[in-house]
Amino acid sequence: MANSNKLSKSAEQNAVLTLGDVTIRFGGLTAVNGVSMSVKRGSIVGLIGPNGAGKTTAFNVITGFYKPSSGYVEFTPPNAPPMKITGLDPHKICKAGIARTFQNIRLFGNGTVLENVMTGAYVRQKSKWWMNILPVFPGAIREEREIRRQAAVLLERLDLIRFMNAHAASLPYGAQRRLEIARALATKPSFLLLDEPAAGMNPRESAELLGFIRTLRDEFDLSILLIEHDMKVVMGVCERIWVLDEGRLIADGDSAAIRGNPRVIEAYLGKEASHA
Amino acid sequence: MMSASSGNRIRNNILTLAAAALLAVSLWLAPKYLDGYKIRIINLIAINAILGLSLNLIYGMAGMFSLGHAGFMAIGAYVSALLILTPEQKSMMWILDPIAPWLLNLHAPFYVSLLLAGIAAAFFGWLISLPILRLGGDYLGIATLGFSEILRILIANLTPITNGPIGLKGIPAHTNLWVSYGCLLVLLIAVIRLMGSNFGNVMRAVRDDEIAAETMGINTFRTKALAFTIGCFGAGVGGALMGNIITTIDAKMFTITQTYNILMIVVIGGLGSITGSILGSVIITTMLEWLRFVENPITIGAFKMDGKPGMRMVIFSILLVAVIIFRREGIMGMREFSWDWILSRPAAIRNRFASGETPKGGDLNG
Amino acid sequence: MFMQHFINALGLGSLYGLIAIGYTMVYGILRLINFAHGDIFMLGAYFVFFATIQYKLPWALGVFIAVMGAILSGLLVDLIAYKPLRDAPRISALISAIGVSFFIENASMVAFTARPQAVIQPKQLVEAFSVGDIRLVPLNIIVPAISFVLVGMLLWMIYRTKRGLAMRSISHDIETTRLMGVSVNRIIALTFAIGSGLAAVAGIMWALRYPKVEPLMGFTPGFKAFIAAVFGGVGSVPGAMLGGLALGFIEIMSVAFFPTLSGYKDAFAFVLLVIILLVKPTGLMGEKSEDKI
Repeated sequence: MANSNKLSKSAEQNAVLTLGDVTIRFGGLTAVNGVSMSVKRGSIVGLIGPNGAGKTTAFNVITGFYKPSSGYVEFTPPNAPPMKITGLDPHKICKAGIARTFQNIRLFGNGTVLENVMTGAYVRQKSKWWMNILPVFPGAIREEREIRRQAAVLLERLDLIRFMNAHAASLPYGAQRRLEIARALATKPSFLLLDEPAAGMNPRESAELLGFIRTLRDEFDLSILLIEHDMKVVMGVCERIWVLDEGRLIADGDSAAIRGNPRVIEAYLGKEASHA
Repeated sequence: MMSASSGNRIRNNILTLAAAALLAVSLWLAPKYLDGYKIRIINLIAINAILGLSLNLIYGMAGMFSLGHAGFMAIGAYVSALLILTPEQKSMMWILDPIAPWLLNLHAPFYVSLLLAGIAAAFFGWLISLPILRLGGDYLGIATLGFSEILRILIANLTPITNGPIGLKGIPAHTNLWVSYGCLLVLLIAVIRLMGSNFGNVMRAVRDDEIAAETMGINTFRTKALAFTIGCFGAGVGGALMGNIITTIDAKMFTITQTYNILMIVVIGGLGSITGSILGSVIITTMLEWLRFVENPITIGAFKMDGKPGMRMVIFSILLVAVIIFRREGIMGMREFSWDWILSRPAAIRNRFASGETPKGGDLNG
Repeated sequence: MFMQHFINALGLGSLYGLIAIGYTMVYGILRLINFAHGDIFMLGAYFVFFATIQYKLPWALGVFIAVMGAILSGLLVDLIAYKPLRDAPRISALISAIGVSFFIENASMVAFTARPQAVIQPKQLVEAFSVGDIRLVPLNIIVPAISFVLVGMLLWMIYRTKRGLAMRSISHDIETTRLMGVSVNRIIALTFAIGSGLAAVAGIMWALRYPKVEPLMGFTPGFKAFIAAVFGGVGSVPGAMLGGLALGFIEIMSVAFFPTLSGYKDAFAFVLLVIILLVKPTGLMGEKSEDKI
């Protein structure tokens, strides 16, 4: 524990996200218990832990779906002072620059692939909703056209352009996961949360994903926090890993440090050592 | 590729204009050849289409199950009627209680009253949306139905304003084919353009997955309130048109049966489909009128049967349950009419027959 | 005078409670607002009217026929309109429920005519007697008495028998209960039967209290009873009874003390509904459930 505190202090200078002693209780259950951590700008950080450790709950706190019982979440947009985002509505947090994907894919199933991505871009759209009712606001029309174009560029980039007009729900599984990422990127985030991006993928696909996450970070100038069960993905891509167990942070460090940490092995890798 | 699709667009625009011209000519010719009763049904088709579209916007496109449409229609109908009636008419009509003095001399021309009817209904819709839109699904339906019922009770009791149980009579029959179809056209264009814009995507996104939409930076509450308010505007205008064609309104006109008829239009046409609401209105309005015969006394030779009030709704309720059970998506599902689809039909049918050698019995039998 | 109002409110409230139980049980298990429930109540009243007044059967037999008829109707409604939609979106089932409700109301109008029919009250039930300076009508005491006995029996069934356990477990998690080998469909049918039976009893007592029957008599009491169920916390049987009583008292007392409001009597329940939904959507005794993200 002492070790982790020291590390997070040193990371604070250039942190994009800081959790300060965050605790969440549901009735009698404490899902997240006094977690302090920070994510360095431009880094790819993994959040791991056994089932029920509180990883997704932590994501839900960061994105505003749960209000922490105590503690704070601080986010620093690029070229701006840090802001407390604790208790903000989720859509405001997204507007501030945090986007996420979901563990159990949540696309807009009745919309097309293109529409899904365009929906993501709405948060940055300047023209008002009524400006498109009559074609008398050339600015609004131009902006919609631009959103459509940029959505197509994103789809091209995520290798989804051939599905452009297909219904989102009809896509193969891996493509749905990529579409969720494309939709999140359309909100122009500076910080991206990925909830089990490799879930349900075969080894070849998750190996591809590994490289892809790095490219994403560089290309879109992102910091990335990801939850993942696939140890190969976590160890391969994450520059730093945080380990949660029963709501508490039990370890952090680079992949080598995590691999050798006895508490982690006990809590988590003990069961999954054969995979790693 | 690009030129082909822009060529199609020009062709489609020409077809749309031609269809609009055809409709205009029919509307112009209709009063010359059809009697008043048939004209009224044609008017009702447009009014019901307006009401259906506006409910579809709330329920089919933004995903809020509302059972309060009759209430918002009532607001529109009363606002419009109270503005159109002359002070002389008003002072004669209020028998139970004297009319509120400020209301007596309030007067506005028909078109202004239509607009104000929509605005009044939209305002009330917005007002009640603030508390109740936090509810989801069926609870929202019940709360809106509750609101609609409260409103009906208020109308029946606030005699100085609404003339209580007597209602309002002698409203000039301002609604004619040009007015009702004009309003429908305006609403139709607005809804098509709105749903075709990125805001339309946003509305559908909120319907499909509210949590995901909120995560994507969409203020879901505001979006829903907006859709609800716009829908209520349509209900208010529809109610006003209805009042101006029936010429008499009272609280009993706006019971849940009214909401139910509009819900039928939306469900049978297809939730979320603009085309569906129009088709639904044509079908339901015509059937409602055509089925009147089952409620009238029938005499066949010496055999006499009394009228059976309620028989129409028996048939309709069976129809609704059957649609929900066997074809939940209605006629159109979420699809929309397009010229491309119509024009590709002959070729598609020809292809089906051309490849008739391969056993495709299932296809032909439906 | 107050005592009179008190007994009146107790009677009305317990009737709302009896109807509310049917809503709450079905909602607890299927998450469906059984819109047709108020119409089953109406059918119960009509059945007893036909049996005893048209066909001059003895009251006991009439009540038995009415309750059985209502149970059968309730089961039929579930079988035809709800069962095919078990896996459909919840709103589809709700629309189907609205359709069935309209069907029953309008079919009754066709079959029984829209005219209200007078119910002749048995003399023993309405001959007033005095206790001190309070005049009591037997009917006004019998109504809450029967209601409380029935609710007591139901609570015993739910909390002390195996079927009751199955019922509670389905309302908690229908899929797991199915996997545990419980015949879910049979328990659902049982729920509809109980709810419809209680609604029929309430309908019979309602018809005796306001001595008439009409095809639309179920809409307003049904809606109010649903509000009572929401007030008590949907899914909770004691809550439904409590909610019903609360609503009965609010209605009777407000009109008793503010007679000018009598025109708005029916609006109270709706105002109450909107307030509950805003302040505590889970009701007095309801449990909270969280959406999983």
